[in-house]
Amino acid sequence: MSDFLEIGGKKISHRLFIGTGKFASFNLMRQVLEKTQCELCTVAVRRVDADQQAENILDYIPKGCRIMANTSGARNADEAVRIARLAQAAGSGNWIKVEIVNDNQYLLPDNLESLKATEILAKEGFVSLVYMSPDLSMGRRLIEAGAAAVMPLGSPIGTNRGLQTRELVEIMASQLKIPIIVDAGLGRPSDVCQCMEIGCAGVLVNTAIAISVDPVATAEAFAQAVKAGRQAYLAGMAEKSKSARASSPLTGFLR
Amino acid sequence: MSFIETILQKNTLTPDDFAALLSGDAENYLEPMAIRAQEITLRNFGKTIQLYTPIYLANFCDNRCLYCGFNADNDIERKKLSLPELKQEAQVVASSGLKHVLLLTGESRKMSPVSYIAESIKLLREYFSSISIEVYPLSEAEYRMLVESGVDGLTIYQEAYDQDVYRQVHPSGPKSDYFFRLEAPERGAKAGMRNINIGALLGLADWRKEIFSCGRHAKYLQDKFPEVEIGVSLPRLRPHQGNFQPVYTVSDKNIAQIILALRIFLPRSGITISTRESAEFRANLIPLGITRLSAGSSTQVGGRIVQETRPDNSCQFEISDHSSVDEVKLMIQAKGYQPVVKDWMIF
Repeated sequence: MSDFLEIGGKKISHRLFIGTGKFASFNLMRQVLEKTQCELCTVAVRRVDADQQAENILDYIPKGCRIMANTSGARNADEAVRIARLAQAAGSGNWIKVEIVNDNQYLLPDNLESLKATEILAKEGFVSLVYMSPDLSMGRRLIEAGAAAVMPLGSPIGTNRGLQTRELVEIMASQLKIPIIVDAGLGRPSDVCQCMEIGCAGVLVNTAIAISVDPVATAEAFAQAVKAGRQAYLAGMAEKSKSARASSPLTGFLR
Repeated sequence: MSFIETILQKNTLTPDDFAALLSGDAENYLEPMAIRAQEITLRNFGKTIQLYTPIYLANFCDNRCLYCGFNADNDIERKKLSLPELKQEAQVVASSGLKHVLLLTGESRKMSPVSYIAESIKLLREYFSSISIEVYPLSEAEYRMLVESGVDGLTIYQEAYDQDVYRQVHPSGPKSDYFFRLEAPERGAKAGMRNINIGALLGLADWRKEIFSCGRHAKYLQDKFPEVEIGVSLPRLRPHQGNFQPVYTVSDKNIAQIILALRIFLPRSGITISTRESAEFRANLIPLGITRLSAGSSTQVGGRIVQETRPDNSCQFEISDHSSVDEVKLMIQAKGYQPVVKDWMIF
């Protein structure tokens, strides 16, 4: 496949990324990752139990699916940096999803702290994908700071409300030169299709897949929607118009 | 559409809405409330249940709480774990696979000073990923000292929000200071606690009023300290050493209604059910909105290392679910949920 996404020097062709925190079991999570041929999943460092006697989530992630640790639980830049280093020391590589939240009611990210963390982590050689509230200027600053990709939210985590931030994300997708991956709040395949249609490079989904009645089938539907949206974007879809346009123009004879 | 059904359509509830969900009328709407509560819980917490277990450090106590086995007047064997004993107990708990522990003591600044609690925490850091405390209320500086020692969570129940009842059941000892206890969660939040868990001891007073106060207390704390995870526990009075009997009956149906109302009012709050409740009841509550269960519990000081030789009257209260940690995990899996033993790290 010639269409791929490049992050941190790695090529990724499947643009549906999957979060792992809310599944009913590790086995179910593995089936979802396998069935969708997922190439990138996120794992919260706080959940990783390296203890031999316990089930380790990392053992359930298929080969070929890159693990990106996230800094879930970090309330500021300092904590995010420390969690990222912990993840790296534990052997989860140098890809990190910077996730800094200090509002437990809405789980909205703190962009300023995320910027600070990204500056430090980039200098230490981390490939940082940064969860953020969509904002063009902050996106530019994150690029300057060394972010490998930015992850604006579609709507608050776990709400399944879809791409409520469409206007802002669309502007970011058209202006920023690094991959835009919509993260959080995407509840339906049509939501992720929309993200891809407007030029986003990928999407990250967890809740909508994990808590559905049939997570494997739901994940496949999401994967197909991502492909359809991407294809539509590459095909150069015409702009939407508010008025009708005749398929045989009335003034066509004037040529 | 009824008033209750209208509330179930809302995204954000007012305190009046919360009161309505706790009302007697709402008992006729438990099924639609359960459907709403389950949907909210799944979106926010996924299909997961977090596990923890209590470790009792000491049962020396200066208080005379009528409902508690550690009451200073009770003739029970008093005990405080030495650090080597605590280490043994920690090893037993750690071998069960659990990573989150809740440390408890009676209220005796002389026998269980803050420095002793801090030393205990430092020892437990070697074995566990998350350490919470349920000890007598401390000053902000003392809470900060424990946070620096490695604590990330604070559990403190007001027991009774009704001030008259509070006075009656806490006749003497430092715990009789209602407001010093009420304000403890705020001092903990200011000191850097990540999780704060509050609750009312169900059975002491009218549960509808108590849970209304407790839910509003949680909401107040969440609004004031957005960076802190605020949770609610639902301890129901259990048999214990002493003669006190619950004044108000709280039925299983009432507990279910409480969980549903709290979940819908506080979508992001953790809700904990301990082994005070039976295995069967706990299993049935899982899909309704609870997020944390204790497992493999003992309410006795050193209960896991000296079980054979100790008299059996020194528990704080009798537990109901005696399942092993593995049995609790299997029960959670059978309900279609993932038991989570580790959801934090000391770093």
